Amino acid sequence: MQDTQMQELIDSVMLAGKIMIESGADMARVDDTLKRIARNGGIKEPKIFETTTGIMMSVPDYKLAQVEPIQKRTIDLEKVSRVNDISRAFQLKKITVEEMKVKLEFIDKKAPFFAWTWQVLAAAMISCTLMIMYNGHWQDFITTAVIGGLGYACYYFINTTFKIKFVSEFLASLVIGALSVLAVRNNLGISVGMIIIGSVMPLVPGVPITNSVRDVLAGHLLSGLARGTEALLSASAIALGIAMVLRFM
Amino acid sequence: MNLLINILFSYLASVGFGVLLNIPRRALNGCGIIGVLGWMVYLFIKHLDLGNMLANLLAAFAIGVTAIIFARVKKMPMILFNIPSLVPLVPGGQSYRAIRYFALGNNSLAIEYLVQVGMIAGAIAMGFFLAELVGQVYFKIRTVKES
Repeated sequence: MQDTQMQELIDSVMLAGKIMIESGADMARVDDTLKRIARNGGIKEPKIFETTTGIMMSVPDYKLAQVEPIQKRTIDLEKVSRVNDISRAFQLKKITVEEMKVKLEFIDKKAPFFAWTWQVLAAAMISCTLMIMYNGHWQDFITTAVIGGLGYACYYFINTTFKIKFVSEFLASLVIGALSVLAVRNNLGISVGMIIIGSVMPLVPGVPITNSVRDVLAGHLLSGLARGTEALLSASAIALGIAMVLRFM
Repeated sequence: MNLLINILFSYLASVGFGVLLNIPRRALNGCGIIGVLGWMVYLFIKHLDLGNMLANLLAAFAIGVTAIIFARVKKMPMILFNIPSLVPLVPGGQSYRAIRYFALGNNSLAIEYLVQVGMIAGAIAMGFFLAELVGQVYFKIRTVKES
C-alpha cells in the first residue's frame, strides 16, 4: 500500500474515533468500529488504545503511530450511528478510503440535531408523563410540564453559550426547585416533591451511567471509572441545587 | 384505564428522551416500544409484591435483551435503544427523599434512602450484565452451530 493512502486511512480511523467518543459512544463499540475500519483498510494488526480523553494508534508493520487528544464531550447519538453506518459501508467496499474521510469530516462539522424548541417540548413531555407514572397528582400535570421545560431550557442555554459542565445542571435544578416551591405556594400545584422529581428527570445523566456500566463490564476500566465519575458529579450538582432550595425556601 | 395511561406515558417519555439525546429518527419508535416493555415488566413484578430490586433487575434485563435484538435487526448501535428506555427506572423518588432529609439535617434517614438508591442502581446494572451475558451466549451458540 502507498504511503499517502495509509496516511489517509490512519487519519480516518482517528477522526472516526474522535467523533464517536465526543458524542458519547461506549468504548466496546468504538474499539469494534475502529478495528473494523483499520482491518478492512489493509492493516493486519492495528494496535488501538482508547480512553475517554484520547486515542492512541500504531501500525506495527509500518512503524507508524498517532495520538489524538479529546477535549470536549457532548451527547449526540445521531453521530455515533452515522459513523457506524460508514464503517459498515466501508467494510462492504461500497466507499473508498478517500470518500470515507470526506464523509467523516462532513459528519464532524454538522449532523442534524433537533431544534431547541423541540428539545424543550420533549423535556416538558418527559417531566409530566414521568410525574404521573410515579403516582403523582393530575392537578400538578401542567405545572410540571411548564417547570420541566423551563428547567431544561435554562440547562440548554448555559451549556451552549458558556460551555461549563456541572454549573448548568446546578443552576437548572436551582431554578426548578425555586419555581416548584413558588408554584405550590401560589396554589398552582399540590406536591412540591412530585413536581421536582418530574421536572429534574430530563437532566438525569443517562448516557454516562449506562456507558460506565458497559465499559467496566467490557474491561475498559479506565473509561468506565472516568464516566462513572462524570455521572456522579452531574447527579451531585443536581442534588446540590435541589438541596439548597429545600434548605432555604 | 390506569394501565393504558401507563403504556402511553412510558412510550412518550422514552421517545422524549430520545429527542434530547438526538437519536436518529428511524430509531425513535423502537425506543418507545422498548420503554413500554421495560415499564410494564417493572409494574408487573411490583404488582406481584416481589420487591423493588427484583422489579428493577428484571425490567433492566428485559430492556437489555430487546435492545440487543433491535440493534441486530436494525443494524444500529445498541446504546441507541437502551438508554432512553432506562430512564423511567431511575430511582427519582428515593434520591429526592435522600436529598430532602440531608437538607433538613436528618442524616440517618437520608442515608437509609441513599442506600436504597445505590441498591436500585446496582440492580439495574446487574440486569444489564445478565442481558449482555444472554446475548453473548446466544451468539456463541449460533456461530458454533453454523461452523
